[in-house]
Amino acid sequence: MDSKILILRFPKTEVQKPVVCNLARKYDLTFNILNATIFPREEGLMVLELSGPRKKFKEGVLYLKDQGVNVKTASQDIKRIDKKCTHCGACTAVCPTGALYIQRPEMVVIFDQKKCSICELCIFACPTRAMKISPSAHTFF
Amino acid sequence: MRKLKVQKSYRDINDKIKSGDVVVVTAEEIIDIVKEEGPVEAARRVDVVTTGTFAPMCSSGAFINFGHATPTIKASKVWLNKVPAYAGIAAVDCYIGATEPCEDDPLNKVHPGTFNYGGGHVIQDLVAGKKVHLKVTAYGTDCYPNRMIEKEIAIRSIPNAVLCSPRNGYQNYNCAVNLTNKTKYTYMGILKPKAGNANYCSAGQLSPLFNDPYYKTIGLGTRIFLGGGVGYVTWAGTQHNPSVKRSPAGFPLRPAGTLWTMGNLKEMHPDWLVGVSILGYGCSLAVGLGVPIPILNEEIVQYTAVTDEELYTQVIDYGNDYPNGVSKSLGEVSYAELKSGFITLKDKTIRTVPLSSIVKARKVAETLKDWILKGEFTLGEPQFTLPAG
Ligand code: SF4
Ligand code: SF4
Repeated sequence: MDSKILILRFPKTEVQKPVVCNLARKYDLTFNILNATIFPREEGLMVLELSGPRKKFKEGVLYLKDQGVNVKTASQDIKRIDKKCTHCGACTAVCPTGALYIQRPEMVVIFDQKKCSICELCIFACPTRAMKISPSAHTFF
Repeated sequence: MRKLKVQKSYRDINDKIKSGDVVVVTAEEIIDIVKEEGPVEAARRVDVVTTGTFAPMCSSGAFINFGHATPTIKASKVWLNKVPAYAGIAAVDCYIGATEPCEDDPLNKVHPGTFNYGGGHVIQDLVAGKKVHLKVTAYGTDCYPNRMIEKEIAIRSIPNAVLCSPRNGYQNYNCAVNLTNKTKYTYMGILKPKAGNANYCSAGQLSPLFNDPYYKTIGLGTRIFLGGGVGYVTWAGTQHNPSVKRSPAGFPLRPAGTLWTMGNLKEMHPDWLVGVSILGYGCSLAVGLGVPIPILNEEIVQYTAVTDEELYTQVIDYGNDYPNGVSKSLGEVSYAELKSGFITLKDKTIRTVPLSSIVKARKVAETLKDWILKGEFTLGEPQFTLPAG
């Protein structure tokens, strides 16, 4: 089983095509769209978490590339400087994916990097600036 | 007046602290003790209940005396790491306030401003032992001819640094929502449109003034945990308002009492005085504050046994109402609901967001308990207690 957060850039012509649905159907992969934007020049950007058996996962990624989609793993990571985090909880107001969440009843704020869509909303929402963008250490493709 | 079965004095308790016989528990631990043993037995057995809170407290600041220069100077204007400090006192004293932004900060010109560095950060840097750039200008007098000095200072090398905050430890605070159609950036955090989230800021059952709702033990001279060191309550804080509506058990249902606090900044710690940047609002200082409640009798222990289920606050619209000076309550919610993650307001479920750290509040109460158990910290008997309305 593989599960990764991918950044897909769709060229202008591909935006309308149901590429992602095909991906799921043809390759038996499950996906979870974390972020989707269409830019002014009609390029599309989508951040999604894709999971499935390793072989299917690779085939799926190849399919995307064949469709002219630029596939990258997240090239930036969001990290938390744990020493700076006061566990106030303010960041949970903005985190859209639940990567930052409160563990009850302890009221500890947990950062689950696997769920992070790299939307960067927490960077300035965190009063102590504990959340940081950093270049990611890994590239898969 | 009902006759009290247990009566202890400050001196009785301090003697026990010195002899090592004192029994200290936190404001969370006392809940079950009172439930199981009843208030009279609990008051007999327990001597001190420790409380704690850790949250941005905007009305905080410090007096700094940066020492004389040769030739001498009477400061007119002072900057610490480019953050203006008030200098209208003599001659090398100044006051650095927590919310003062850096002089070249773009503020809210591009909304919401990020407010990366301000007075709260200066205080944290000083306490952390970092070098801070001091700039002083003056108009020059016969006795103080110098017109400008610039140098690096550090907390070790300056004569005095005293944290002195006119309003800390609010007893209860509003729960904020935003009923407009646009995101609002407030001192109560980011509020999404159409009541997308409800933000609150109190340690609830751990919070100092919730554990002594009528200030029977708190006043001038109460020794406290302040910023990781020892401090004092020196007065009622500004806006201290004991006469708000209370629950039948006596706990305020709206923001009520406040504390004026003071302590030696040189003995404090950067983990407990943290500079914060509140998006679209400004800079502030998150302060760790803890008050020990002496269990003088069973009535006082009963108050300290309060739970989040019995503590309520009002939901206020910070989109339209608050900025227009309207404090209409949209509903009353308990801290138990707020801490559960959701509240229900007019049949709508709203996600709650805390701004006050329970993890650190608990640590304050634990630390204070430790200090007392070790005999390092004795209780300060107040000269007078805060006005109770
Ligand atoms: S960048 Fe921050 S706010 Fe966005 S998903 Fe990741 S943790 Fe949540
Ligand atoms: S807002 Fe920042 S300090 Fe507060 S819990 Fe989130 S990461 Fe930690």
